[in-house]
Amino acid sequence: MHCKHATRLLSDAQDRQLPWQERLALHGHLLICRGCRRFRQQIDFLRQACRHYRSAPTQGLPEGVDGDNVNKKTDSM
Amino acid sequence: MSAATIDHHFVSSVRQDMLAFARLQLRDAELAEDAVQEALASALAGEQQFAGQAALKTWVFGILKHKISDLLRQQSRSTPISAYAEEGECLDSQLEALFKANAHWHPSAAPRDWGDPEAALREKHFWAVFEACLTVLPANTARVFMMREFLEFETDEICTTLAISSSNCHVILHRARAALRRCLEQGWLLSGENP
Repeated sequence: MHCKHATRLLSDAQDRQLPWQERLALHGHLLICRGCRRFRQQIDFLRQACRHYRSAPTQGLPEGVDGDNVNKKTDSM
Repeated sequence: MSAATIDHHFVSSVRQDMLAFARLQLRDAELAEDAVQEALASALAGEQQFAGQAALKTWVFGILKHKISDLLRQQSRSTPISAYAEEGECLDSQLEALFKANAHWHPSAAPRDWGDPEAALREKHFWAVFEACLTVLPANTARVFMMREFLEFETDEICTTLAISSSNCHVILHRARAALRRCLEQGWLLSGENP
């Protein structure tokens, strides 16, 4: 698997359940590719930032008291 | 400390946040203003139903999200399918540039180490870059991303609402995430404020 494809699967994993073949291939790639491991962490962080933004936007606020931090379809990796 | 009622103090404290949130998604200051006014009016009218099950601000934002969703649906009706493709060409070529011919990361463009980014969520600078990156993202691509991540639509709801295919939706979200990640890295991590 090459990195460009891996980034696509990592993104998809945030929205749908990857079939086992894709999960397996992706897992294998991530074992040997630091760039893609970071990509995964960073898009996960992006999602986290969006969660914060949608409940307590703007700058420098302490984390909002927010009971709705559940995102459906969390990543399957 | 969460407010117990929608009084003048509460409104003045949330209004700016609501406007920023609405403007980012609707890309139209007047429309955003309208959405916020309507949401606050609805909240006032329905205040009796607010049983304190969550922070008041969260509840009011929930109302605002519904207003924004309705307006986005309307906006999207005048978006031709080709608009996504046009935006996609530009984003795809930017993404391509990060990879070598064999589709592995170009060493100079591979994702960097972001350390512990959670601390950034308390930094004004981070949020300024975050908003800037979302603003710079092409409008139709951004709309799909924000419907997913801000308004919590499931992807099939996005597809139905915007009349795009499921595979197209995934492609658009991939483009958005890759572009935003890169933008954040360039604008925030590498801006000199972080070692």
